[in-house]
Amino acid sequence: MKLAVASGKGGTGKSMVAANLAYTLSQTESVTLIDCDVEEPNLHLFFPASVTTTDVTVPVPVVDETACQHCGVCEDFCQFGAMTVLSNRVLFFPELCHSCGGCTLVCPSDAIREVPKRIGTTSISTPLPHLKLISGMLDIGDPHAVPIIRAAKKLAADDPTIICDTAPGTSCPVIETLDGCDACILVTESTPFGLHDLRLAVDVAGRLGIPVGVVINRSDGKDQATLEFCMDHDLEVMMTIPFEREIAAIQSRGDLLCRVRPEWQKAFTALFIKCSALAGGD
Amino acid sequence: MIRIAVISGKGGTGKTMITAALAQLLPGSLVLADCDVDAANLELLLNPKIIRTEPFMGMKTAVIDPALCTQCGVCMEHCRFGAIEHDVDEAYRVHPIRCEGCAVCVHVCPAAAVTMQPRQTGVIMYSETEWGHLVHARLVPGAGNSGLLVHAVKKTAMEQDRNCDLFLIDGPPGTGCPLISTISGVDIVLVVTEPSVSGLHDLKRVVAVCRQFRPRILVAINRFDLEESLTETIQLWCNEEKIPVIGKIPFDPVVIESVRNGVPVTRTGTSPAAQAIQILESNLNEELRHYRDQRK
Repeated sequence: MKLAVASGKGGTGKSMVAANLAYTLSQTESVTLIDCDVEEPNLHLFFPASVTTTDVTVPVPVVDETACQHCGVCEDFCQFGAMTVLSNRVLFFPELCHSCGGCTLVCPSDAIREVPKRIGTTSISTPLPHLKLISGMLDIGDPHAVPIIRAAKKLAADDPTIICDTAPGTSCPVIETLDGCDACILVTESTPFGLHDLRLAVDVAGRLGIPVGVVINRSDGKDQATLEFCMDHDLEVMMTIPFEREIAAIQSRGDLLCRVRPEWQKAFTALFIKCSALAGGD
Repeated sequence: MIRIAVISGKGGTGKTMITAALAQLLPGSLVLADCDVDAANLELLLNPKIIRTEPFMGMKTAVIDPALCTQCGVCMEHCRFGAIEHDVDEAYRVHPIRCEGCAVCVHVCPAAAVTMQPRQTGVIMYSETEWGHLVHARLVPGAGNSGLLVHAVKKTAMEQDRNCDLFLIDGPPGTGCPLISTISGVDIVLVVTEPSVSGLHDLKRVVAVCRQFRPRILVAINRFDLEESLTETIQLWCNEEKIPVIGKIPFDPVVIESVRNGVPVTRTGTSPAAQAIQILESNLNEELRHYRDQRK
């Protein structure tokens, strides 16, 4: 099963849920945890281990100035404004390039070829005997998160149980992570911010046809609006984690709730069973 | 006009709560923008009255005309985004969410069956609030181009209210496309962090991104009393990096109450968080004074 943990709003506890779920499952079976929040990956902080790191590259064009006629066809074609052709040379803006390969196809002089450009890395580690952690990390200053997510997910291949921690928001990185998942946990908090963004996240998952269930984190008991929303939209609240300073402190220190308080493992095992039911369409 | 962006790296550290309080407290004329376009929350605290809305057209996307398509599959071969779909016995279709709008399929199609079509991927709203105009947006969930929409939101604010003293931006989390679009051209960034290993890690990364744009960088530590030893670590790191920590806000349940009531936390009197944000605001004001003097 491929499971995503997402939220819409940032800081609701996605990584906390993903890390504890993976930790608990790894006590009895093999789990692959993927950090798809490649702009600000954090899961490696909770699972320190030696890693094997690989560069992620995307193809970008290089212009052979001796062959180039400076005709401007590549500039006209590029939908992203990444090429500007001057009378004697071509300016290329890599941060705008989507690596579609269009310029190489349209160039009438065959003057453009593609070379790999590094935009970030993926790291694999085995922090626990049955836990594989894959982390994608975008290079500082690079805007292109999506190819890193794609590369990180590819490394998990067909591992039997995959948990993807997702970036906040509802745009490209979230879509890329959710795409192909069997079920999605949406972690929320009972505030108007949490509910507003939960609504958006439910919409996104719905558009992708992925079944969702909800986890309410840092509950102070005033969950009525969230519970009503879930009931109206036929969403199961699969777990509620109370607000406790000690739980927050465990997470802040980079520790795991289920390691410090093993009695929580039961709740995370139950959460996984509910996710399996979601994925199975029960 | 001085442009200030409130950002964080890590999500959920309190950007929006602080932006709303600063909107209430900062003196001078102000225009606001919510650049966290895929989960925009500032409107929930500022109670805006929408003056007008305009559609946001994202990148054009490819559309295949089934009447012209000969089902040769050349487009699918060339699409690098997996955006062309073809079920058995069905025509070729473009997956609108995956399509990035590169137009390679248009170029390679031998039957001229593919065209690029404009698509509305969001709405930009220009609104009135008690503290100044607010430009905010709604991205169609699942649509791409959030960086482009951020650019459009900023542009609207700067064109409509160019004579304001301050342009205050509530930014997105992360370090990628929307964040880079938010901080480009900004004079001051205020990074809101929290005392957690994730908060510190993400602070370091987002500061490294900001350094490429050369704005003045300031830090505020929210919920600083939840893990005081990490607060100290963050302060030491900021000292080494010569980044002023201009505010430390304690954990305070009144913050959540004010969000539930839909008002800036500084509205509801003299809670510990509100008092701390007032100190933050006066430090920020001092920074603004320096900045104006330097400009002269």
